[in-house]
Amino acid sequence: MKDSIIKVLRFIGLGFFEPVVRLANGEDSKKNTIEILKKIVAPLASILLFIGVWYTGAKSLYNTEANYKIEKTLKDQGQAEADKVKACIESGDPSCQPNTLPSPAQVWASYKVLLADHKVISADKEAFKEKTAALNEKRIAQGKDPITYTGRPSFVDQIKTSIKTVFAGFLLALLIATPIGIIIGLSETLRTSFNWLIQILKPVSPVVWLLLVFMIVKTLTKDSTGDTSFVISFISVGLCSMWATLVNTAMGVSTVDKDYLNVAKVLKLGTFQKIFKVILPASLPLIFTGLRITLSVAWMVLIAIELLAQSPGLGSFVWEEFQNGAMDSNSKIIVAMFVIGIIGFLLDRIMLTIQKFISFDKNEGI
Amino acid sequence: METKTILQEKFAPADVMLDLQKLKKVYPTPKGDYVVLEDLNLQVKKEEFITIIGHSGCGKTTMLSMIAGLNEISGGKISVLGSSIKGPGPDRGVIFQAPSLMPWMTAMENVMLGVKKVFPHGTKKEKEDICKYYLSKVGLDGSFDKRASELSQGMQQRVGIARAFAIKPKVLLLDEPFGMLDSLTRGELQDVLIEIWNKEKITAVMITHDVDEAIFLSDRVVMMTSGPKAKIGDILPIEFERPRSRKAVLAHDDYYNYRKHLIDFLEH
Repeated sequence: MKDSIIKVLRFIGLGFFEPVVRLANGEDSKKNTIEILKKIVAPLASILLFIGVWYTGAKSLYNTEANYKIEKTLKDQGQAEADKVKACIESGDPSCQPNTLPSPAQVWASYKVLLADHKVISADKEAFKEKTAALNEKRIAQGKDPITYTGRPSFVDQIKTSIKTVFAGFLLALLIATPIGIIIGLSETLRTSFNWLIQILKPVSPVVWLLLVFMIVKTLTKDSTGDTSFVISFISVGLCSMWATLVNTAMGVSTVDKDYLNVAKVLKLGTFQKIFKVILPASLPLIFTGLRITLSVAWMVLIAIELLAQSPGLGSFVWEEFQNGAMDSNSKIIVAMFVIGIIGFLLDRIMLTIQKFISFDKNEGI
Repeated sequence: METKTILQEKFAPADVMLDLQKLKKVYPTPKGDYVVLEDLNLQVKKEEFITIIGHSGCGKTTMLSMIAGLNEISGGKISVLGSSIKGPGPDRGVIFQAPSLMPWMTAMENVMLGVKKVFPHGTKKEKEDICKYYLSKVGLDGSFDKRASELSQGMQQRVGIARAFAIKPKVLLLDEPFGMLDSLTRGELQDVLIEIWNKEKITAVMITHDVDEAIFLSDRVVMMTSGPKAKIGDILPIEFERPRSRKAVLAHDDYYNYRKHLIDFLEH
């Protein structure tokens, strides 16, 4: 039982929980306590330190901004008004708070607000669905499109949209980059002929890819009335992120251990068998490294692309909040920042787990 | 007793399995051609086990990989049973210095890779039986389904031996197969190799640095001169009865004469 739990934890990249499991089973308490201190308490302490620095920094920024506001009022409108502003700031009234980096507590409060907001919108949606269920059935029977909920999406809906987009983009990158990578990896001639093109296109900024995709998709979908922003953003994400996979796959395929190739030669394996039994399994570790980079790049550029393409998702959430400039907008942006970071981390763990499952290289990745 | 060597022995053509005639290998370098092997003649009889010794870098491995078809021939001819070789093929099995197993496959699958190629028309059961037979011959009963990456170096080389024998080649080429192993494991694997060879009697050419290994295993020890332009320097027939036991070989009077002869050649 204990061993299998540890095995699973290690497999999914959460090996740092191992000493907790061991300690709970009454194993070597001194050694495991030290391990827990090293692997869990120390990282937690670093997070606390981070929050501490953040708190102090936010407080000093807050004071600077507040003093500036008071002084400005004093200069423009006199002592009486300045006192009023000072009292207003100290009372915590949202209407006159200085607009600056929010403190950890404010961010936490915004997080709860966003969750509550999600609950309200979900309930709303549910109610809408019930209300329109009968009508929609009728409409479908008549061959008309059903009525869908068009209200404001909640924060959680935005996250879901973003994840959907990133997966579509990742899938596109996978489907384009791996086959091309394998083909150019196999042939030295193709590799040299495409090398310049790849090297030139690789460093192109996500923004430019977005514009390029926009040009093409706009023309291609002239007649359609559907939602093109999703298509544009996932294709751009795919194009931006596929290069790591392309380069890694080509490199993996072209640098397969010579010993394996000699074995294949001596056994006179056919081309098909050689590729699928020897070359591909041998290059899987590198292909997966490429795919992991691709996924993290995809997640990173997604936010920027959503922001520019005005397609729904976390990116547009951040942008709208920034434009909105409401009292809690800044803290909502920081909530989004953490959510983006944590989801990126989880995506990488998922890839690592799949890699361990498929690839022969059982090294624990970073 | 004096050991006698024969540099050029002529065999009846029907007895010859492997024939190297005026073999030459040239590597072009910026400073002009580098001739590794020149005018190298060697005949290996059917069911004969020969070992090749020589200094490092003299071109032994080059010669072996030319026989395997992995390295191009610059001049001369290599023929197996009278017909010239064209590239690599399963009629010449190779046991490499590194075990060179596919680490993502099990022991069984590694052997099966070659067996499938050589016996394409056998049923699945027949092919599996061949793999199992050879794997148990090299002492890997119960490790059939272990991944190659989970096996020790010595175990991996056992799989390498099984893989080479299972495709029933006409000629077996061994490139210092035990060079990377500790001496204890090396001894074990020599026994495994010679035991399975005694049954199959596949013509074998083996490179080694180990004089004792050469005497214990082979019918003739071929000594190569140092490069460049390396060729056969001397050939020492080892006239011990087969099957041999390590104990009997070590106790034999001739053993030390053979050993002295080979070491003299290497130190020359």
